[in-house]
Amino acid sequence: MIKSLVTGIIALTGLVVIWQIAVMATGVPRFILPPPGLVLQAFIENSGLIAEHAMVTLTEVVLGLIIGILLGMSTALHLEVSPSARLFLRPILIFSQAIPVFALAPLLTLWLGYGMISKVTMAVLIIYFPVTSAFHDGLVNTPAGYLHLSSVMGASKLKTLFLIKIPAAMPSLLSGIRLSAVYAPIGATIGEWVGSSQGLGYLMLLANGRVKTDLMFAALFTLGALSMSLYGLISLLIRRYFKRFQANAS
Amino acid sequence: MNSGINIHVEGDTSIAGIALFSNIKMDIMSGQWTALLGPSGAGKSTILKLIAGIDQIASFDGSIKCDDGKSLAGRVSYMAQDDLLLPWATVHQNINLGKRLRAEPEDRAKSDHIIAAVGLSGHVDKYPSMLSGGERQRVALARTLIEDRPVVLLDEPFSALDVRTRADMQELAARHFKDRTVLLVTHDPSEAVRLCGSIFCLQGQKLEKSGHLEPPFPKPLDDKDLFALQSELLAQIRAGA
Repeated sequence: MIKSLVTGIIALTGLVVIWQIAVMATGVPRFILPPPGLVLQAFIENSGLIAEHAMVTLTEVVLGLIIGILLGMSTALHLEVSPSARLFLRPILIFSQAIPVFALAPLLTLWLGYGMISKVTMAVLIIYFPVTSAFHDGLVNTPAGYLHLSSVMGASKLKTLFLIKIPAAMPSLLSGIRLSAVYAPIGATIGEWVGSSQGLGYLMLLANGRVKTDLMFAALFTLGALSMSLYGLISLLIRRYFKRFQANAS
Repeated sequence: MNSGINIHVEGDTSIAGIALFSNIKMDIMSGQWTALLGPSGAGKSTILKLIAGIDQIASFDGSIKCDDGKSLAGRVSYMAQDDLLLPWATVHQNINLGKRLRAEPEDRAKSDHIIAAVGLSGHVDKYPSMLSGGERQRVALARTLIEDRPVVLLDEPFSALDVRTRADMQELAARHFKDRTVLLVTHDPSEAVRLCGSIFCLQGQKLEKSGHLEPPFPKPLDDKDLFALQSELLAQIRAGA
């Protein structure tokens, strides 16, 4: 844990150094690629503004995560217990993945307005399929031996689902949830790009329009830090509270 | 106390229309262990799973009858090579899995008694990952014992254990399953002659009765006849291959 944190910091520092050298060596104008120092300065000067917009994005992301995970989990369970759901719902789910979620952003803004709901919906849409698919895969791939045991023991379908299948599918579900922590901010930001008056995505567009590239970078890095913190927090929670489920089911 | 059940299996088995075994006949008698011996991949487990009613791949054309005329459903317990312990459940929860799956109340006294009998008293609150291979298989044995079913199907339950643990577990299981109808699937002739009164060999597509042995079981490891019996059985398997 500490080791990966240290190596992460070293890698990022390396990146910043390369960035600085690139700016100095090429003499690229500041409005195309500002040096790291300028971005840091923009971050400090606009920290209040950035924090305000980051809070909006964070709220969208967290709401999207909660709703998306709950919806994904219930769809996966539905697919598992109902053959008709598998028959009708699965083709729709797969077809829905053929449409890029990004392409839906203008529609969602049109239908749901410029407010937070369209962004939360974008985040939900982008994580819904990975969570559904990861959890359903886990449920379908319950080790056969467990199911044999449960069948010989005379378990009902419901008890097998709750005591065997769901716990056995937890590692898959948890990796789906971990992934969605990275996906959800993408959805929210795209929603903000298409139409909004708040959020980091909006701030980036605004800064870009005014050729404040340093502020744009500062907002971009804030978004990155936000995603990484969410990912880290979720990984930490999983390690702490779901360690048993991750153990080898040998 | 369970009254003994004798099981008669007769019929043909196929997978996707291709014959796996033809005309198998096997009597699994109560009060002794019956071995189903054969090389790996011969289909021993398939027969066991058919009897347990859990095979979803092979189709069986024939009959599996109990001499009391009743169905086997709900009267079988099953133990596999893989201990099948749930990693997210404690030893206590794993042992009482059957009760939990059937939403029956736990019998604490019985559970404690069995846990002590298999030597797991200090381990009830541990998780499977904290146990050794031998301890894990003891938990699986306790889980089978607590089910208290008259028919016990054992699918190579000792084959992944080291020599010493295997001998200990064989004796423990033999002691506890003495009065049951037990079918032991194994590829190890020495295990078959040590534990089983009746031995069937699966060779090619045929099932042949290879021997009948007299008690006591398990035979002591220094039993002079044991080696001769084992060699005889091995020769028979090799001749049939």
